[in-house]
Amino acid sequence: MEYKLTHRAYFASLKKGKLLGLKCSDCGTVTCPPKMTCQECTGTNLEIVELKGTGVIKTFTAAYVTSLGRENEAPYTIVLVELDEGPWIMGNLVDIDPRKVTIDIIGRKVDAGFKTFAGDTYSNGDAVRPLFSFVD
Amino acid sequence: MRRVCVVGGGHTKFCFNTPKSGIELFSEAATEAINLSNLKPKDIQALYMGNVFGDIEEGQSTIQIYAANDIGCFNIPASRFEGACASATIAIRDAAAWVGGGYFDIVLAGGTERCTAMGTPLATRFFAACSDGRYEFPSGITFPSVFAMLTHLYSKTYNIPLPKLKETLAGVSVQSHFYGARNPLAQFQKEITKEQVLGGAFVSTPLQLLDCCPFTDGAAAVVICSEEVAKKLTPKPIYIAGFGQASSGKMSAQSKYLPRLYAREYSVKQAYSMAKIEPKDVDICELHDCFSTASLIAAESLGFAEFGKASELWDKGETKHTGKRPINMSGGLKSKGHPIGATGASQVHDVCKQLRGELVEQGRQVDGAKVGLIDTLGGDGVIVSLVLKNFAD
Repeated sequence: MEYKLTHRAYFASLKKGKLLGLKCSDCGTVTCPPKMTCQECTGTNLEIVELKGTGVIKTFTAAYVTSLGRENEAPYTIVLVELDEGPWIMGNLVDIDPRKVTIDIIGRKVDAGFKTFAGDTYSNGDAVRPLFSFVD
Repeated sequence: MRRVCVVGGGHTKFCFNTPKSGIELFSEAATEAINLSNLKPKDIQALYMGNVFGDIEEGQSTIQIYAANDIGCFNIPASRFEGACASATIAIRDAAAWVGGGYFDIVLAGGTERCTAMGTPLATRFFAACSDGRYEFPSGITFPSVFAMLTHLYSKTYNIPLPKLKETLAGVSVQSHFYGARNPLAQFQKEITKEQVLGGAFVSTPLQLLDCCPFTDGAAAVVICSEEVAKKLTPKPIYIAGFGQASSGKMSAQSKYLPRLYAREYSVKQAYSMAKIEPKDVDICELHDCFSTASLIAAESLGFAEFGKASELWDKGETKHTGKRPINMSGGLKSKGHPIGATGASQVHDVCKQLRGELVEQGRQVDGAKVGLIDTLGGDGVIVSLVLKNFAD
């Protein structure tokens, strides 16, 4: 059985500013990032849907020590965002200096853009992650 | 399943920049384990070995077959187990299952790792590879970042002001070093202060350098036997009375439960049930303290405190060897060190010593310890739990 939405197709869409998810026709749960099965009921009766890209910051960190080759990105802020449709996804946060980010950003509403990670020796190509900014 | 025991164990000194290869480290620990079990290499029927990054650290894949040959265990099945930081615990759990099921009588299980050969940037890259590589690594996730995010979430979820939580977490690291200083095999044998922890450089906010375990080189191994064989080899067999293992998906997919790592609750429930014990019966626990916060999160899911309340265990000193809930008397990953492919075997090795009462002179013996729990986490969500007892039920 083939994937309804592969990581390549998900990234290609995100590069056009469209965040895609998979809505389960059996239980209604939205899964994002994509998987073979519904994260809630494990069903495979999934439909590709465009998500609003808005959500709320649930947690974060400002990272100072990075992986090889990503030193010039540091420091950067990683966030886990609960999307309006339900799933949590990981991305980065702009609009605030990582050196000044505090726990007060938890609960703030954000909107997803995107940023490409060019890839490294081990990543099998590039990737795209959501780049969030504040909407309030 | 028939009864399964740990007989002898071996453990190298944990350190930075070992001049030895992964095979040499493992062979030293393994030969010590075989000798202390009063066995010969020819008696070992299988080798189950944890190793995560031998390929990258020293260009050595399939390390288990060369290790088997090095220690003189010719022609046996040798299998490598990879479950990130839980690799050796998986190997030991599988050894217990295969011996318990009656297929083997004597299995050597353990692990080896030379993390420091990678250097911090490459090691950070490959530890991050134990997170989700497609959807979470692109955001720059590192392993400290995973637990850093869990720390902020823990503070928010349980309404503990971050400065108060940080104070407790500093105390967790201070205790780890207190016991590491008393463990001659530990990587760090020096005590630290809360001020040093809270004055350290930020690795990933709010975690500072001394909230984090080090990169480590080292190996550990134990001999796992049927009870029948074990009784012929040692007057003090340690019983593997229960085990469990569970897994979960990428961090974001665990949103229903975070900051709890639900796989741990699933795994330890299996182990407690099999061993017919409850959390209150555990006399000594070695849990996966890769970061200071990880200790609190683990202690709660293992049933030692209500969710959000584990701070009290450390704040009140209950986690010391004289307390009601002794945790990480070896110094833990934080101070003893964390050679990821070997860590679980190291935890088992130390708990066996506790259950045999061999650590009095080191000043970290839990008086009268009879039941031990091992908890190891790999990546975002491999958890293995082992219950050890110094008596047969």
